[in-house]
Amino acid sequence: MIVKAAAATALYDIPGPRARRRHRLFGVLATVVLLALLGWIIHLLFSTGQFTYTKWMPFEYKGIQELLLRGLGNTLKAFAIAAVLSLALGGLLAVGRLSEHAPVRWLSTLVVEFFRAMPLLVMIFFIFVALKVQPLPALVAGLTLYNGSVLAEVFRSGINSVDRGQKEAAYALGMRKTQVMSYVLVPQAVRAMLPAIISQLVVALKDTSLGFLITYEEFLHAGKLIASNLDYDLPFIPVVMVISPIYIGMCMLLSWVAQWVSRWERRSPKTEAVDVETAGAGTLLPGGVPPTAPGP
Amino acid sequence: MNVLTDNISVFAEGFLGTVELTVYSSLLALALGFVMASFRVAPVRSLRVFGTAWVAVLRNTPLTLLFFAVLLGLPRFGLVLPFTVFAVLALGCYTSAFICEALRSGINTVPTGQGEAARSLGMSFGQTLSHVVLPQAFRTVIPPVGSILIALAKNSAIAGAFSVTELLGTYRTLSELGYNIVWTFLWIAVGYLVVTGVISAVFNVLERRWGIAR
Repeated sequence: MIVKAAAATALYDIPGPRARRRHRLFGVLATVVLLALLGWIIHLLFSTGQFTYTKWMPFEYKGIQELLLRGLGNTLKAFAIAAVLSLALGGLLAVGRLSEHAPVRWLSTLVVEFFRAMPLLVMIFFIFVALKVQPLPALVAGLTLYNGSVLAEVFRSGINSVDRGQKEAAYALGMRKTQVMSYVLVPQAVRAMLPAIISQLVVALKDTSLGFLITYEEFLHAGKLIASNLDYDLPFIPVVMVISPIYIGMCMLLSWVAQWVSRWERRSPKTEAVDVETAGAGTLLPGGVPPTAPGP
Repeated sequence: MNVLTDNISVFAEGFLGTVELTVYSSLLALALGFVMASFRVAPVRSLRVFGTAWVAVLRNTPLTLLFFAVLLGLPRFGLVLPFTVFAVLALGCYTSAFICEALRSGINTVPTGQGEAARSLGMSFGQTLSHVVLPQAFRTVIPPVGSILIALAKNSAIAGAFSVTELLGTYRTLSELGYNIVWTFLWIAVGYLVVTGVISAVFNVLERRWGIAR
């Protein structure tokens, strides 16, 4: 197959010799344009003097390297705490939403819907400014409330999407509700939900950078400190060029794990009874982003 | 209550800022997302690679980092624009990656047979696209695009923290004036709920009008 991606869509046929020639021509033209764009950006970087020694000097100093590493450590610390807590909160809220007691169900629905509808930054600022909490707890609390609520929806839809016959069969065997949940529904649902859970964790990792805005000393904050230093001629672009590959790389790695898990799921016979649909971040409407993608 | 009535002009200014930011970034994101989606389904390999890279990078970039790079980085290249324009650029580009994915998966849900049937009736590429593929794709992408735009409205709060006139930013003015901070935040929250509620209502109407029952 010559054009593999093209053959799968309804847009056009498998091209013949003339169309292939035309596509090759377009391909060359597009490559030239893209390369010209890249060259222009590199030219711009050089002409505004972003590669001078003074601007890159700070990265040689041990103190600055340690500052960056400490920032990265703080980012990962906030992410780790927030991830564990939001998984716990998500589990709790999901149990609440699946409860047989109506008041518990209403309460958890209210909590989930409220925190999903609120902008995360508004919550973090509220906790930080109005409740006068330290930056790290404020960031973690905000991340936990938001991601916990989204994860609760993921868990709930995962449990609900296990084939109905599984639950009926378990009840018919005389199991109690707790047993049905813990022996039958949850093990099957968790495997199928894993990609959606991991991509929600990517969102949490991305959102730890909001700590920068409440002066939490994380990765971006360390970068800002270096970038606003006059001794190094304000090395703003160099800092961005160092920081963003690390940040984006971490998120991509986690996204890639999610994709890998979802491919592995598709081949696994253990998840056949589940056809999970994910609740995207802040979905107020049916449907949402594909399960392996981090939400906006 | 009097936090709102005393400062209605401050709140109104912030609210309009949020609305403006949301509308302009949505338009940019939709346009750019459409272009990128067409790149990603194009038969030309280099365009596909570019589209894929665009989506992979922007979807995994923290929005704060993007704001940081655009609002504070682009001026270093001698590009001086109002902060609001930079904010629209950052928000629009970030969201375009998600829009692109939604549109692409919408196009992929159209069965191959539809395109084949259209072509065997003698339709040109443009006709196939505008009469057969896009109308069907449009119906399936309404809900995901709606939730992406709601997320965009919520993300616009980050612009406020970078001193763009915006709803979240109003808390700074009001706390300096000595108003109760809890009530201030309550009204800010209400403002955001109004914006997301309106988007959600619009897309619910679209969905009822054109959506397909699945």
